Amino acid sequence: MDDISVLIGGKAGFGIDTASLIIARILNQLGLRIYIYRDYPSLIRGGHTFSIIRAAPEKVFTHRENIDFLLALNQDAFNFHRGKLKDNAVIIYDSDALKIEGLAPGQKTVELPLAKITQEEKAPEITRNTCIIGSFARAAGISWETAEQVLRKNIGKEIDLNLKIARRGFDDAKELRKIDAQKQKPLSIITGNDAVSLGLIKAGLKTYIAYPMTPSSSILHFLASKAEEFNLKVLHPESEISVMLMALGSAFMGEKTAVGTSGGGFCLMTEGLSLAGMSELPVVIFMGQRPGPSTGLPTYSSQADLHFVLNAGQGEFTRLVLAPGDPEEAYYLSAFALNLAWRFQVPAIILSDKNLGEGNFSFDLDSLPKIEEEGPLIWDRKTPYQRYLNTKTGISPLAFVPDKDAVIKINSYEHDESGITTEDAQMTKIMQEKRLRKGRYLLEEIEKHETIKVYGNKNASTALICWGSNKGSCIEVALGLDLKVIQPQVLAPFPLEQFRKAVGGSTKLICVESNATGQFARLLNQHGFKIDAQILKYDGRPFSFEELQAEAEKVL
Amino acid sequence: MENKLNTSARIDWCPGCGNFGIINAFKQALVELQAEGLLLENVVLLSGIGQHAKIVDYLNVNSFYSIHGRSIPPAEAIKLANPNLKVICFSGDGDSYGEGIEHLIFAAKRNIDISVIVHNNRVYALTTGQYTPTSPLGFVGRSTPSGTKELPLNPLELMLASGASFLARSVSTSIPQMKTIFKEAILHKGFALVDILQVCVIFYNMYEYYNKKAYELKDHNFQDYRQALDKIREWDYNTDAPIATGIFYKKEAPTFESRFLLQANKPVLDKEEKIKNILDAAV
Repeated sequence: MDDISVLIGGKAGFGIDTASLIIARILNQLGLRIYIYRDYPSLIRGGHTFSIIRAAPEKVFTHRENIDFLLALNQDAFNFHRGKLKDNAVIIYDSDALKIEGLAPGQKTVELPLAKITQEEKAPEITRNTCIIGSFARAAGISWETAEQVLRKNIGKEIDLNLKIARRGFDDAKELRKIDAQKQKPLSIITGNDAVSLGLIKAGLKTYIAYPMTPSSSILHFLASKAEEFNLKVLHPESEISVMLMALGSAFMGEKTAVGTSGGGFCLMTEGLSLAGMSELPVVIFMGQRPGPSTGLPTYSSQADLHFVLNAGQGEFTRLVLAPGDPEEAYYLSAFALNLAWRFQVPAIILSDKNLGEGNFSFDLDSLPKIEEEGPLIWDRKTPYQRYLNTKTGISPLAFVPDKDAVIKINSYEHDESGITTEDAQMTKIMQEKRLRKGRYLLEEIEKHETIKVYGNKNASTALICWGSNKGSCIEVALGLDLKVIQPQVLAPFPLEQFRKAVGGSTKLICVESNATGQFARLLNQHGFKIDAQILKYDGRPFSFEELQAEAEKVL
Repeated sequence: MENKLNTSARIDWCPGCGNFGIINAFKQALVELQAEGLLLENVVLLSGIGQHAKIVDYLNVNSFYSIHGRSIPPAEAIKLANPNLKVICFSGDGDSYGEGIEHLIFAAKRNIDISVIVHNNRVYALTTGQYTPTSPLGFVGRSTPSGTKELPLNPLELMLASGASFLARSVSTSIPQMKTIFKEAILHKGFALVDILQVCVIFYNMYEYYNKKAYELKDHNFQDYRQALDKIREWDYNTDAPIATGIFYKKEAPTFESRFLLQANKPVLDKEEKIKNILDAAV
């Protein structure tokens, strides 16, 4: 059995999330590569929540629809997902809480009377998931030692009691479907948001400012928890308006700063974004997309804010927009974004989504090219300081307060080179051109890096074009259907030369996007590319492999 | 010495504008503070949008000319980046009592050590004459031709309730008093708000009125919250009453930056190693 999917489901508050991570880490010990899809409603307690843990010998970035192991803590977990059970699936369930019927002959069950077990052990209800993990390990032919080691590492509270409960689950089950180990070392399992946080730290992040908003809050939580370790300043002020303006104050002082939000918060940040463009203060903006309009589906995923981030803010100014497709890219591109934001004194937007941000993935730092912190252009002190000195590249050297030889003036109005307000026609034109000129040099820099990725059959006449978190499902589908995949990582300024090369001899271009109107296809149209077909999904859920394959077959 | 504070910018305020009094008093305060040891490079000025905001173009000091209502958030970040700086926001009544009022309330709540000087002319002047949060009931402006239907707010009362630790008022004609208050506000360790009743000669000329009604606080214990509140409530920015000027309230209290993790400003050692440890823990 190569590629297995485990679904664990129960009510919100049952600890499904933690349990799914523990299961993933147990499977990780077998040398399997992991992807976890988390599906949860926007509430604190109750409601149905589930995670699908997929484990395979090669890296995986998308879930499969059919389930090998169902771990059911409530009736919904069985009722909602029974249709996806494989013929030889194993169902481990709380026999005190739910009834199971109508199984196929090859499907097997483990019945766990969880109310009884937890009462006998005087354990809190939350330990039911520990018990079911124990049973899962046994049913999958995983040794108790492996399960115990992972449980010890991941459970902080009452470990002895938890181990006792897990052991009862282990002993109550028997081996039903063995999962084979692979001869490769286990990898870290992290979320896309964790990877963004680490990438920003790597490139010298000093300050992170955010107002909580799903699906970006976990960056705020992660960095706040690491603030002491990395000497970070992490702030949670009164609103996203304040977030963005504080970030610019902090950039003015020379601190590498990032902010994080989702679409609604980004709406409030746009006046500050435009100020970043005018004042040429660098800032990295993490934008985790979720479905809109308005509040939309807070805990689900979307790619509907592409044109919003490309065009947000009044006036015309240079911005960098990057879209990582997996946590490794999230790490690398976050560091890249912070470096380029400072080198070019522009706002840089990392456009992610809930699937990438909150999904868990195997992560291998060693597989990535090295990236080091880069500094901005600094004033050489030879001529009197002018904050907006008009240079060939449009980039003005920086000085920071306090400097006894420099008066540093930032301005939201059109301004002259010293930063003083102007309404002069000629100066207005000069400064507008200076700011936009940076975009040309920024694009030149981007074209030096491989930012349009190509996968699958590079000579195929048909190419799937995707961006962001659809990368994984597209690659997997392309392998089966012998297609090419083109994935741009930089969306603005758009690396047209590289994109042209990536398209090469392909004659049929199919755009795969998680929005209702084909926003990336529209962007490619603007750049002169004809898109032959579109596969669009806008129900908040990620493409499963099977779903995308079926959709692709329809348009081939 | 005041001349060194000038820039090449042409001053665009109307003749007789109260902003001249404010800039003059502020320059005097800066010069005196410099004589007492303040280094000018340690000063950062911020402004929002409005006639008040042009002041940063006219002063040869580090500055951040922000957007409407938003001088306070960058000021807070600047202070946190370097607590040794003197961070001073110029703001207007439309700017900070209207568009950006949440920032004002939160900065007071945090008692962060910045000073906010509000050019309170009680009218939108740059947009040519509309009512503001401190215009009296019935104010006839271009957006309210039959008079406003809402009472003004008393910004000092709001600030006292929000946790500001320094509150003062002056009138834009009282240069010596403004100078003294500005110095006190800048030297105060904590959030300071100075409400300047600024005369707008074009859209709301209260010159005579303030001349008649304003008086300087005497025998006032500014450390007494109750006394401060009573004096602040004496005039509600609406009905006829004596208008107290001077320092209403001043209290030593812990500042946000002193409670904040200021090791944040130090470099990180072993960053690579620490990142690796985090990843290893996630295996």
